[in-house]
Amino acid sequence: MIRLIYYELVKIFLKKRTYLGFGIVLVIVPLVEVAMKLEGGRFLTMAMRGLSKDFLFFGNIFNGWFVAHQIMNSLWIHIPLLISFVAGDQLAGEATAGTYRLILIRPVSRTRIFISKYITTLIYTVVFVFFLAALSIGLALTLLGSGDLIILTRNIFLIPESEVAWHFIVAYLLAALTMITIASLSFFFSSFVENAIGPIVATMGLLIVCTVITVMPVEMFEIPKKFLFTRYLDIWQKLFLDPIPWNEIKIGMLYMASWTVAAVLGAWAVFVKKDILS
Amino acid sequence: MAGEYYQANQFDMNESVLQTRQLGKQYGKRWAVKNLNLEVQRGDVFGFLGPNGAGKSTTIRMILSLVKPTTGETELFGYSLKSRRSDALRHVGGIVEKPDFYLYLSAYKNLEIIGALAGGIERKRILEVLDLVGLTSRGADRVKTYSHGMKQRLGIAQALLSDPELVILDEPTNGLDPQGMKEVRDLIVHLSRDRKKTVILSSHLLNEIELVANRMVIINNGELVVQGEVSKLLDEGEKYVVIDAKPQMEVESILLRQKNIIGYVVKDGLFEVKMDFAGIPELNKTLVGAGVRVQALIPKRSLEDLFLSMTEHSNEVRV
Repeated sequence: MIRLIYYELVKIFLKKRTYLGFGIVLVIVPLVEVAMKLEGGRFLTMAMRGLSKDFLFFGNIFNGWFVAHQIMNSLWIHIPLLISFVAGDQLAGEATAGTYRLILIRPVSRTRIFISKYITTLIYTVVFVFFLAALSIGLALTLLGSGDLIILTRNIFLIPESEVAWHFIVAYLLAALTMITIASLSFFFSSFVENAIGPIVATMGLLIVCTVITVMPVEMFEIPKKFLFTRYLDIWQKLFLDPIPWNEIKIGMLYMASWTVAAVLGAWAVFVKKDILS
Repeated sequence: MAGEYYQANQFDMNESVLQTRQLGKQYGKRWAVKNLNLEVQRGDVFGFLGPNGAGKSTTIRMILSLVKPTTGETELFGYSLKSRRSDALRHVGGIVEKPDFYLYLSAYKNLEIIGALAGGIERKRILEVLDLVGLTSRGADRVKTYSHGMKQRLGIAQALLSDPELVILDEPTNGLDPQGMKEVRDLIVHLSRDRKKTVILSSHLLNEIELVANRMVIINNGELVVQGEVSKLLDEGEKYVVIDAKPQMEVESILLRQKNIIGYVVKDGLFEVKMDFAGIPELNKTLVGAGVRVQALIPKRSLEDLFLSMTEHSNEVRV
């Protein structure tokens, strides 16, 4: 199995499209962080205009952690699209290239091939999320230094400098898990079709529809929206609340896991029974 | 040539390496393959002949577990493909239709990936198969830089990678120039004669099968038409010679005097003469000697006619 996974990784990481997501992140993150440094915290000053009358702030509030948190908030909408570029290509790409005919006539079961492809997709997803984490946090800290993290929501939270790092680590772990759900859905769609665009469009379509249902304040959606994965897509944000609502996070992750398992089992059922006609 | 070749391969001929029983595949209401019973024995170069759309590729896809059959089953080396898939496919290599690869990877890397699926293949073996198909010097190049002929040869290399006992080649000469076709045919003969492989060769060209195969099957509209030894099938049917010659009266008087002629008919100004092919040179000599203008003298066999009629039907445009 390790050998199969190794060669799946070879296939993924020697393909140009794999680096599209990395390339986009590599352009956007430095661009935003440099721009924020040049703005010199005007954004934070504006956001805290009302608060500064009642509170006194000491130290470097406009620091690397603050910027990294803003990046995490703003980029998170686009990351599912970048993930689905690769996850959606995992099975459909073989059909498009005609290479199913090359690999599925070997004395190795389709289930083993499926597992190796899925594990590779997970590895790619986790690597991508932590690449984003390393770049945005590392560059932000280099440009703007460290300090306490101020969180501006309906309430204001201040996370001491000594505790910020683990908040970010766990937040990115949760983010990686939610992105695994997105990757799994894309993988599921990938098992049906014979071109890689279909799974990307289907994943984004599902994401948009579920997001609309999740955010719409309509009574008839109140019950179904509890079960939608989009409701828990930004669950990592709860890591920056005080106190952290662990129970809420656990329930959210349980829903996400259910979606993941359903998508993977569905993809497996399609893949093992699929007639290869391409 | 087929007969001579057949004689050269008389080893363990009774052991069946592939058997299909009532194999069938239905798409919607249409049967692509129906109740197909095939038997390939060790050492065979087995010709799998049929016009385009006859169901050859669907059958090969079922044998290689790419397509699930609607009815029937396949046994490879005594293992059921349904219940012992890995064991059944362990000694099989193949190309299905056109050779497709990971174009952004080198030929060597492609073979390494395929080898991993067969349980891991040593570097030495990869170099061996590249050498066998004449791609050693291009092994490190990306496959996207390859010509169709080179991809076809790489297709054969991947089929041979795990040193399989049974090699299934689905139309391996498609798109090749005459020299390329000859090279593939030579390679098939080499695989069978020198490396003792059993080969299944699918083709829509009777001539191609006749040149290399010792046993064959013809299928049409997904159903078996005829199966047997190539030499016997070709000998069994009626043989005749088509003669295009003038003047007609002179030709007829000569034909009536010839001893080795069984009979003849005239169709559209052409003579269809039932006779032993061995008598063709003598007949030609007599015709020319009598001042007859001989335009053509074409030996024909009923198997060829049968196949030609199937091919014509398959090429008809259905409105």
